[in-house]
Amino acid sequence: MTVVDGETQAAAFEVPIVDSPPEAQQVGWRHRHLLDVDALSWPDIELVMRTTDAMREVLRRPITKVPALRGRNVTILFYEASTRTRVSFEVAARNLSADVVNIAAATSSVTKGESLVDTVRTVEALGAQMLVMRHSVSGAPYLAAEIFSGSVLNGGDGWHAHPTQALLDLYTMQARFDDGSLAGRKVVILGDVLHSRVARSNIWTLTAAGADVWLCGPATLLRGFEAWAGRGAADGRRFHVTSSVDEALRDADVVMALRIQKERMAAGLLPSLREYAARYGLTRERLAAARPEALVMHPGPMNEGVEIAADVAAGAQSVIEEQVRNGVAVRMALLYLLAGTARS
Amino acid sequence: MTGRQIMTADEIRRATIRISHEIVEKQAGTARLALVGIQRRGVPLAHRIAAAIAEHEGVIVPVGALDITFYRDDLSLVAQQPVVKGTDLPFDLNGSTVVLVDDVLYTGRTIRAAMDALVDFGRPQAIRLAVLVDRGHRELPIRADHVGKNVPTSREEVVKVQLAEIDGDDGVNIERAVAAVPAAPVG
Repeated sequence: MTVVDGETQAAAFEVPIVDSPPEAQQVGWRHRHLLDVDALSWPDIELVMRTTDAMREVLRRPITKVPALRGRNVTILFYEASTRTRVSFEVAARNLSADVVNIAAATSSVTKGESLVDTVRTVEALGAQMLVMRHSVSGAPYLAAEIFSGSVLNGGDGWHAHPTQALLDLYTMQARFDDGSLAGRKVVILGDVLHSRVARSNIWTLTAAGADVWLCGPATLLRGFEAWAGRGAADGRRFHVTSSVDEALRDADVVMALRIQKERMAAGLLPSLREYAARYGLTRERLAAARPEALVMHPGPMNEGVEIAADVAAGAQSVIEEQVRNGVAVRMALLYLLAGTARS
Repeated sequence: MTGRQIMTADEIRRATIRISHEIVEKQAGTARLALVGIQRRGVPLAHRIAAAIAEHEGVIVPVGALDITFYRDDLSLVAQQPVVKGTDLPFDLNGSTVVLVDDVLYTGRTIRAAMDALVDFGRPQAIRLAVLVDRGHRELPIRADHVGKNVPTSREEVVKVQLAEIDGDDGVNIERAVAAVPAAPVG
């Protein structure tokens, strides 16, 4: 090989560093817990996104394990059924070399009547330093955070919040858009908004990112959101509530279908699943109203044929598997950032 | 802060060129040679050494960037998690001779972390170390193969390397930290 001329040589030696300007690096992480995204500032969210980029790079290495959390005990305490969130947290913690303890409430002393407070004190006495928690009661992780001396990560509480899901959804969308920005993009959240902690957390991050958020579903599953949209508008956040699928999907950039949560559904909210699927299910015909390159998302687990048609879920516009993959990287980033403030 | 300059831009340039010659001499050529800069200031230094090798050998040696944040042994000691800057090793490490490049060699802990990180990517035939400044005070059995300048320092002093690619201009300064020392990056 011979020396190339000055100009091309300069190009060949361009610094390939994934780097940010020095002033942006002053942003530090101050949070001890991750209970919901409403506590995060926009610079906090950007720090999570940048750290997630680094974790994605780790996941592309021949050995996807780094020693950042060596010797840390991450205890995963789930009071509700879960596959992807629990496994995703476990894989994320293991990739950072943490020691993982898994507790499923269904097979623990909780079935003997142990209270949440006693369980949290017990796992702390057993060495837990970071606690990942899912609970069917909204606000339960806030109670745990009051008594636990380490970090609490909310893996979903009742109808209230699912912060890691909202952050991985945001990351997935930003990674897919050429300019990496959601500003002015129309994002539709379609389906059982009423029972959805995913929707509640996503509203915060998506409106903070400048997206135009549309909530769509049967009126019975949108109760209360009109008022929130009004307050949000006063805040400069843009979101709309509608029961018209056509209006919502028209020229949408992202369509996120939500699972119909049968286990939380009170009688009388829906005539039948069949009727719901016919009127609000995300089918190929309905999706045609959105932009041709619109992203199809779903937080999982899916009821195929109810809120989303099987061919849409597996179609070319679907980024559902990317959501799962990015979930591991986002959770690694959050565990890493929180570990710095975990000591009490 | 009071400071004095210990290397000028010209001295940095000459040291970089000398190191580039030493590396090629020690390797007896450039076959299977690769440079890996440690984030952040090791990366532009590695590119400068590669440019100098291209100049006098007519060969372009691959250059990578290594972020050692996740391999640090002081993560539980720092107040905040450091910002991660990214790793990019666009070549096969197996069987190659990797020259790690960093700006300042101090305790040796960064280099220990860098070697741990590197071997997770493959099995180099040899790992060597080139630094612009060796300021002493090693805490681990590590030494550099190629040194721009040896500088005796006290632990209270801070060695600040500035490079045009990051800081706007070149220069190495030694400063005496006043009162509370902001945790100096291990190096």
